[in-house]
Amino acid sequence: MSKQEQHWEKTRNLLFITLAIWFIFSIGIFLFGAEMQESSIRPFGYPLTYWFTCQGSLAIFVILIFWFAGRQEKIDDEFGFTEREGDQ
Amino acid sequence: MIKGKFIDNLPKVYGIYTGGFLVFIIIMAIAEQAGMTAKMIGIFFVSFTVLIYALIGWLSRTLQTDAYYVAGRQVPTVFNGMATAADWMSGASFVAMAGGIYFKGYGYMALLVGWTGGYVLVASLLAPYLRKFGCYTVPDFIGTRYGGNLARFSAVIVLTVASFTYVTAQINATGTIASVALDIPFEIAVYVGLASILMCSMLGGMRAVTWTQVAQYIVLIIAYLLPVFWISNNIGAGFFPHFMLADEVARIAELEGQFGFVKNSAADLATVPKGLSAITKAHSSVNATPWAFISLAICMMAGTASLPHVMMRYFTTPSVRTARRSVGWSLFFIFLLYSSAPMLATLSKISLMDPNLATGIIGKSITEVQALDWYQNWNQAKLMFVSDFNGNGTLELNEFFMKGSAVVLATPEIAGLPYVISGLVAAGGMAAAMSTADGLVLAISNALSHDVYYKIINPKAETAKRLIVARVLLVLIGFAGATIAALEIQGILGSVIWAFDFAMSGLFFPLVLGVWWKRANAPGAVAGMLLGLISGTAYLIWVRSGGSGFLGITQLTFGIVGAAVSLVSMIVVSLITAAPDAATQKMVDDVRVPSGKTILGKQH
Repeated sequence: MSKQEQHWEKTRNLLFITLAIWFIFSIGIFLFGAEMQESSIRPFGYPLTYWFTCQGSLAIFVILIFWFAGRQEKIDDEFGFTEREGDQ
Repeated sequence: MIKGKFIDNLPKVYGIYTGGFLVFIIIMAIAEQAGMTAKMIGIFFVSFTVLIYALIGWLSRTLQTDAYYVAGRQVPTVFNGMATAADWMSGASFVAMAGGIYFKGYGYMALLVGWTGGYVLVASLLAPYLRKFGCYTVPDFIGTRYGGNLARFSAVIVLTVASFTYVTAQINATGTIASVALDIPFEIAVYVGLASILMCSMLGGMRAVTWTQVAQYIVLIIAYLLPVFWISNNIGAGFFPHFMLADEVARIAELEGQFGFVKNSAADLATVPKGLSAITKAHSSVNATPWAFISLAICMMAGTASLPHVMMRYFTTPSVRTARRSVGWSLFFIFLLYSSAPMLATLSKISLMDPNLATGIIGKSITEVQALDWYQNWNQAKLMFVSDFNGNGTLELNEFFMKGSAVVLATPEIAGLPYVISGLVAAGGMAAAMSTADGLVLAISNALSHDVYYKIINPKAETAKRLIVARVLLVLIGFAGATIAALEIQGILGSVIWAFDFAMSGLFFPLVLGVWWKRANAPGAVAGMLLGLISGTAYLIWVRSGGSGFLGITQLTFGIVGAAVSLVSMIVVSLITAAPDAATQKMVDDVRVPSGKTILGKQH
């Protein structure tokens, strides 16, 4: 496998992990909206589903993007594909 | 005049700007104490901020194509995040979203999840790759990746349909705010809004829009957060509302049980002015089916990743790495406002509903409410209405009507804050609507001038001529948008949601597969764009004209139909036609690594 193919395989795996986390917090948990709302877990006292829609999921997306960006930068560094001055 | 050194001094420049704006607010507050009228305060706030944006627009004027189309590709990560946040948060986010949540509760909170979750798709699937491509516009990517004018032109069609639907809503929002704040008729206010929008974008294109959007973000975030914190402290709900409103949320549920949701008869509703509604849905309970919630969130997420005015903001960063990080910053700045919207809806509702608060009106006598100053103002603007349907003399929950867009604008007054805050909120709403309208008008006119005029009609046109064409188109599109906005066909939130569905129907899969599936070719992409857009539109028309729809897909989520058709037709057509040539495959390989030259040259 060429260097570029390896790089792409790692990039693709990172994408799958990122999208899996994204799926859980944007779609997955809301399949159980009514059940979660009744849960005794109440972040800051808010009902659980309500909290996820107005803060929880949103904050997780922010963190997820920065985490993703950091991991992708590591992958690019590992294969020497990071941009250099004057590339653009 | 504003190059080079300006970029290095950004934090200082915008720091001074923010300080200046805060001083302006304080001066206005003092003026109010000294007896300045509410009307004058509103006029000062809106016109002062708009003039500042126009000044920035004029200072950023340019005669170079890469400055006009992509701000010279030198916008730093965090500032691009702010500009994107302003570009993104429109009149719908600022003015209408809290109102939607206020009336519909959980069902509309899908918008919060959808309009943030979409950025994960932007960061992981598209933005860094399109930045590496080095395109000026989104159709530029489609046209070069798939090859051929037909693909490029199809992308322009989808872009225009989606962005134009969106921009009419934004001009409508600027018109609504200008008409309330400046006290002029809506039909005229729409053109005042348009003139302000054009002043920011015409001379400097993307460069001017970038620097005004940063300025607009600062105004709109101060204008949104200040009242939320103030009201929360005022009614003793907690000094940091985001973590402390649980009791108020529970109290609203209790009051809702006490007042009950009475359904108004059709005859009674006929007396209510058009577009106004009463609270009919519970505030915090799960009152929508999982599919209704999820399908709306899916449409908003896929739409986010396909809307060209957002994507083109990531063409302006200096590198692929900064483009990726910039998406994170964008979402962070958006998060600051979005996490506050449900808090604002909560505070607004508790202020109106709780009889223990001085501001509560539900349960008071109708004549007492009708005598309130703020009620009279907003009633005159046709944004509020009460009527004693059951004839018992007191105001019931189902007898108080408000327009969705009035919730944010009127809450400071309802909660008894000084008028200076209302003026600030009007300026914030204006900033939000203007910044998005700027981005959209520019996206459309850039696609028409770069992709249709320069790439298809007249490839030999020289720079000066290209930029003149771009500006003429900008003005024409602005006027067309304002004319349609003046007709008020659909509410602000409704047309914005449609725009996402249109974009998702036609562009989501052609963009994503362009990077992630090498086998995708031109006929497949054209089929995906056109069939997706046509089937989505057909479904919308069918449902609007009384069709029953299927799978619970409504007129707000028709993008699911369009995108599904788009995906299937793109794969099928790609597979039955020839694979892309070696040069195209090589191009896709190059897009996938950050290092090396951009696919398209610096100037093209």
